[in-house]
Amino acid sequence: MMPNFEYVRPTTVAEVLTRLAAGGARLHAGGSDLLGCLREGILVPSSVVSLSGVAELRGIGELAGGELRIGATTTLTEIASHPLVRQRYPGLAQAALLVASPQLRNQGTLGGNLCQKPRCWYYRGSFQCARKGGDTCYAYAGENQYHCLFGGETCYYVHPSDLAPALVALEATAHILGRGGRRVVPLEQFFLLPGQDFQHETVLEHDEILAEVVLPAPRPGAAGVYRKVRERGCWDFALVGVAVWLARSAGVVEQVRIVLTGVAATPWRARAAERLLLGRKLDAALAARAGVAASEGAHPLAHNAYKVPMLRGLVEEALRSLA
Amino acid sequence: MAKKNERDTKRCHGGVTRRGFLASVGASTVGAVVASRAAAAPAQQRESLEGMVPCTLKINGRHHSLLVEPRWSLLYVLREELGLTGTKQGCERGECGACTVLVDGVARYACLTLALEVQGHAVTTVEGLVVDGQLSAVQQAFVAEDAFQCGYCTPGQVMAAEALLRANPAPSDEEIREGMSGNLCRCGAYDHIVKAVRRAAAARRAGGAR
Ligand SMILES: Cc1cc2nc3c(=O)[nH]c(=O)nc-3n(C[C@H](O)[C@H](O)[C@H](O)COP(=O)(O)OP(=O)(O)OC[C@H]3O[C@@H](n4cnc5c(N)ncnc54)[C@H](O)[C@@H]3O)c2cc1C
Ligand code: FES
Ligand code: FES
Repeated sequence: MMPNFEYVRPTTVAEVLTRLAAGGARLHAGGSDLLGCLREGILVPSSVVSLSGVAELRGIGELAGGELRIGATTTLTEIASHPLVRQRYPGLAQAALLVASPQLRNQGTLGGNLCQKPRCWYYRGSFQCARKGGDTCYAYAGENQYHCLFGGETCYYVHPSDLAPALVALEATAHILGRGGRRVVPLEQFFLLPGQDFQHETVLEHDEILAEVVLPAPRPGAAGVYRKVRERGCWDFALVGVAVWLARSAGVVEQVRIVLTGVAATPWRARAAERLLLGRKLDAALAARAGVAASEGAHPLAHNAYKVPMLRGLVEEALRSLA
Repeated sequence: MAKKNERDTKRCHGGVTRRGFLASVGASTVGAVVASRAAAAPAQQRESLEGMVPCTLKINGRHHSLLVEPRWSLLYVLREELGLTGTKQGCERGECGACTVLVDGVARYACLTLALEVQGHAVTTVEGLVVDGQLSAVQQAFVAEDAFQCGYCTPGQVMAAEALLRANPAPSDEEIREGMSGNLCRCGAYDHIVKAVRRAAAARRAGGAR
């Protein structure tokens, strides 16, 4: 059973930060990932600091410049059903609705979804793997059908989030609060590959919290979509997921971001596919070529090569839906 | 395996399980039992209560004051401390739905919820759907449509259906499948479950049914 801990439920961010600075603390938002990590012994904090009492971290609202601010403890259900999200950022609403199950969307929050721990079954299981301080990544030579195609380096997990690629595609920024104040990081740079930092999945320091995510004001002529393939029709992580956001003028693609999930330890930009689309008119033939380009640089492991045609097809399908 | 023994001291004196004992005295006295255990504990025994904190829960309209360890899940407290065993334990990892309860009318997994987190909120379990001995519309519909075989998943299914119909009184079949997608049925009673939800929705809309 999970070891006991001290539990506190502050009502202000300042109090949360003081608790974190004291060390040994772990944040609790919806708890849907945290409780699993505590039971599995992946996290062994001496105190759990609940965010559910901090009102200022929750909610969705438009800012003066037309940007949309989503507080870190806003639930996935709230994101999926919010009228402004659905109307202006449909790809994000789709991604939120495709996460897990209704119960988990009611409970899971934006911040928790972006900061959830890897789902690699060796990491979550009773293996002293490299990520847990051992000297081997068991997935590399083992059962790696759910592992990465890109960016693997001594550790091969994939980022489990559906929201992350949708938000990176929208050029969202992460607003981080710490005792030194606020810092703003493009969400794309919020996540770390194992080669950048072996112990941490995000740039957050132990005494910082993700307070909110801000989406740029919607651009005229822009469109977005999120698609995901999973082993069953619901309640499952993405084998591959893709978020596409693009802006066109007179049919010509002027800006585009194609961001994959389920294929790397961070949301993964398919830059070759993006380059192919820029300055061209999107049609079925171009969508198919972009699908192939999206797999450029993939390094399949022994059991996950199926993800290559899967991601090609998924990118093609997503682009065709916008053509 | 954090299965049944969330707590080390399950068996009480004389081989009576804590749960059996509580079931025999009824949940209403539980607060008093737990509190008096704390008050009566001699100094050195109080060690074992170290790490326990007071917790007030509102469950099925009734307030319970008890001592909990912060690590206890709502599922554990409902079943093992309060004797409300209608809520089932399956996977304990958010993968089966057997533990579904309502928190402020919204469905959530009790296995992934700390008991301390729902203080100040209204929890409804399957026991709370019965009013004056009358089953709710959803419960009646599950019986009428034979929407189960072994019945283990049923309380969770019923709570998911209850949450769905509160939010959406007239769901399409697709919305029913989506709304019920966080509950597995090992016996595969899915078609009957969809029919039961449809029937309950109609009964509630027709009025009179709760
Ligand atoms: C069975 C199952 C299926 C799932 N399927 C999917 C899926 O298909 N797609 C998907 O995207 N996800 C999926 N998930 C993951 C789920 O979406 C996450 O568990 C959830 O979003 C986490 O949110 P939470 O608020 O419950 O986080 P918590 O469990 O409270 O926190 C998660 C982690 O983030 C940290 N944290 C939380 N908030 C902050 C913050 N504001 N600042 C800094 N750190 C923070 C916590 O310390 C903790 O380590 C699934 C989970 C389960 C159990
Ligand atoms: S016991 Fe909670 S979801 Fe399975
Ligand atoms: S009726 Fe047996 S698990 Fe659903």
